[in-house]
Amino acid sequence: MQNRAFVRTRKMRLLAVASGGGHWVQLLRLRPAFSDHQVTYVTVNKSYRADIGPAEFCVVNDATRRNLLGLVLLYIRLLWHFIRVRPDVVVTTGAAPGYFAVRLGKLFGAKTIWIDSIANVSELSLSGQRAEQHVDLCLTQWSHLSRIDGPQYAGAVL
Amino acid sequence: MIFVTVGSQMPFDRLTQAVDDWASRCANDSVFAQIGSGKYIPIHMQWSRTLSTADYRKKIFDSRLVIAHAGMGTIITALELGKPIIVMPRLGKFAETRNDHQVDTAKQLASSGCITVAMNETELIDTLASLDALESPSQIPSHASRELLTAVRNFICEDISPADVVDIAPLQMPNVTKEATHAKAA
Repeated sequence: MQNRAFVRTRKMRLLAVASGGGHWVQLLRLRPAFSDHQVTYVTVNKSYRADIGPAEFCVVNDATRRNLLGLVLLYIRLLWHFIRVRPDVVVTTGAAPGYFAVRLGKLFGAKTIWIDSIANVSELSLSGQRAEQHVDLCLTQWSHLSRIDGPQYAGAVL
Repeated sequence: MIFVTVGSQMPFDRLTQAVDDWASRCANDSVFAQIGSGKYIPIHMQWSRTLSTADYRKKIFDSRLVIAHAGMGTIITALELGKPIIVMPRLGKFAETRNDHQVDTAKQLASSGCITVAMNETELIDTLASLDALESPSQIPSHASRELLTAVRNFICEDISPADVVDIAPLQMPNVTKEATHAKAA
């Protein structure tokens, strides 16, 4: 008899992507949801390796909308990690690296989830607004921003 | 020690300078500032431009108060370590960020009582004048809410073909963070 407390699942290859600062700190707070899966963390600061223990860790460059060359470089670096890892699931808290990761995720047939930063109280982040139409699940951390045809609310990192 | 931080993304000289002025007059504590690429160089406090993530956490752990921009990385880390935090939001009109989103974030979090907000330098100095009245908040756990963790976990696991299925243990919630253990011992 199966114990009801046990979840039946298979080990997934997970790409967990975040840019620096608050995006990264919020991704770290989701780690209990990643246990039992094979996680590759992708972020923008090599000192963040100290936060995640033995899990696989890669660094890409961050870029803003005004830095076209940076965006192209970021896309190519992420593309390489997708070819290498072949993730089943992409989880991101933003921003630019997360946006490209969910676009590449669709291209590679992965499931994609966008968790918009808790900093975005009044509206979804710009990158979140762009990512929303491309992801399988888009979550806001503020219930007043959830919509039936838009981002869902399912709790917050705090 | 009082720790001042502008985060890793952009400078915030208005904050650095305001705290430096205050430190020259009234600080009984030593003050350390992480100032990013700011042009203003502090005179009355120790400073560095950047800190590694480990050093950053250590500075917050060692401090009795954090003064910061309204960035979520800093706010969450201070709450995880149970430190009182005063934030001054960056403003779009001074090109300190793209827009005034830090104002909304700060106000919303202040209404829940977990942080103190100073909207400008004057309010910051006033708040610092009543420094001893600031209480240390209780530490928050090191993970997101159970609701969010469950949603993310279920999303990762859903739609799996039965052939792939193996049994795994249920979600384990860590009770106490490593830092929390240290803090209790201290």
